[in-house]
Amino acid sequence: MYTQAMDIPDESGKKLAVVAGQSEQEAAFEARIDADGRIEPQDWMPDAYRKTLVRQISQHAHSEVVGMLPEGNWISRAPSLKRKAILIAKVQDEGGHGLYLYSAAETLGTSRDEMIDGLLSGRAKYSSIFNYPTLNWADVGVIGWLVDGAAIMNQIPLCRCSYGPYSRAMIRVCKEESFHQRQGYEALLVMMKGTEAQREMVQDAVNRYWWKCLAMFGPPDADSAHSAQGMRWGIKRISNDDLRQKFIDATVPQAKVLGVTLPDPDLKWNEARGHYDYGQIDWQEFWNTVEGNGPCNKERLATRVKAHKDGQWVRDAAMAHARKQQERAQKEAA
Amino acid sequence: MSKAPVEYLLHLADNAVVLGQRDAEWCGHGPILEEDLALANVSLDLIGQARLLYQLAAARMGNGATEDALAYFRDDKDFLNYTLVELPNHGALVGYAAADRDYATTIVRNFLYSALMVLVWDALQKSPDSDLAAIAAKSLKEARYHLHHAADWLVKFGDGTEESHARAQAALDHLFRYTEEFWTPSAVEDAAIASGAAVDVRTLRAAWDAIVADTLAEATLKRPEVRGYIPEGKHGRHSEHLSYLLGEMQGLARAHPGATW
Repeated sequence: MYTQAMDIPDESGKKLAVVAGQSEQEAAFEARIDADGRIEPQDWMPDAYRKTLVRQISQHAHSEVVGMLPEGNWISRAPSLKRKAILIAKVQDEGGHGLYLYSAAETLGTSRDEMIDGLLSGRAKYSSIFNYPTLNWADVGVIGWLVDGAAIMNQIPLCRCSYGPYSRAMIRVCKEESFHQRQGYEALLVMMKGTEAQREMVQDAVNRYWWKCLAMFGPPDADSAHSAQGMRWGIKRISNDDLRQKFIDATVPQAKVLGVTLPDPDLKWNEARGHYDYGQIDWQEFWNTVEGNGPCNKERLATRVKAHKDGQWVRDAAMAHARKQQERAQKEAA
Repeated sequence: MSKAPVEYLLHLADNAVVLGQRDAEWCGHGPILEEDLALANVSLDLIGQARLLYQLAAARMGNGATEDALAYFRDDKDFLNYTLVELPNHGALVGYAAADRDYATTIVRNFLYSALMVLVWDALQKSPDSDLAAIAAKSLKEARYHLHHAADWLVKFGDGTEESHARAQAALDHLFRYTEEFWTPSAVEDAAIASGAAVDVRTLRAAWDAIVADTLAEATLKRPEVRGYIPEGKHGRHSEHLSYLLGEMQGLARAHPGATW
């Protein structure tokens, strides 16, 4: 799963400012960016570039980890063993994405502990899409189809991101996400061929998630805080509005095949533009949720905090055991 | 060719699905991200084992039986799993009590169960019931990993901090008596042993004792004395906890009987 949040400033984001004064190193960095080359961990990079990446990659990692919760909500109640296994594997994949994104961010000199502290203290953001509740089983399929579908749109360009470890992580993440998207869509197809109650579940889930997914691409380009610099650095490749349009154009035909209605009366093909027109996104609601006042922000964060707190003794035990083993080995060697 | 009776397959499958359900409760709540993934893995393996066993049982039952009918549309009294695997991921409390998950309880339970199952699957992979033997061969590899994972953490807990040691010992004290159920065959097991396709778990006791003794010694934990009540989950007489677990697991499927997912 994924985050739109790279465009959403958090505390570290506020410190962003490119210090002028071209050094030789900076010139080399710029030249490599211009040549569409990759920046690697050992390479010199501007502070602001490093900070932006840590913020973006850690937000992405946090989103994967928090994103385990809405779908995890249905693991115990999955209506067949096959779907249960698929869901556990999927949620596990999201955790795995979190793990290698934290690792990618660590190559920039920030520890996983520091990043997790940012999440748990509320300083760091994660994708707002996970602040909405999962209310029926079809939400699981719809999250796969639409949320992961939106994520893929966002992430494919990041496979060409200028920072090597991030771009390589994204190649793997994208492969798994596109698998999840097909799985989600397939689960919905089966439900739509099922009973009336199952079809109602799917439509209900689509109604609740459609607009939230469109907002996942972030604010309109005109209002986007970091887009221009991100584009320059090759961290962001395609604008929010362009990605959103791409997503809508790809999704409308899929909805038709599925037999669901997308809840937007203004959604129609515009021959002149060669795209679908769509209605107004409720940005007020989006910002409310980003700022912490959505339906599930408190639950999501409190659950992460609790898991971390409850797990403290486990992590302490592992550290203590490792220390004792080391001491024993040293004693033996002496 | 001798075939294991269907009820025996259900006993094995019920153990796996119920513990798979319990282990999956950690998904998103693990003490560290790596453990989230590990427990999800264990759960996935167990649900995979349950699916194969239910599928085999359903094929032998005929009459339109399916893996999901067996998992979702049988009541708690029809489940033949050990009581050990249905207990909540926390200490001893009544069925409708709530408490925080305790990782020591989860690890100790997985350790006690997988220490048995590496032996059971190893024996069953030589079963003349070739379908069961194939499932056993696959499950053995998984159970070895589960045992390795749980034993590794048990040692970390025992040898870790004062708190982790106390928690692990408390979990052992709570759960150990439930292992007594392993060693007294049910009618289902007796019939399965008589078929020649199953394993007499009593013959595995010494080997299980040895695994447990080795790990507890390394973990500096004490094997508790047990006496009195012997749990009877595998006879279909469960703790207060199983009906809650199944209520949650089966609720959606049962609200839509006949639906395909």
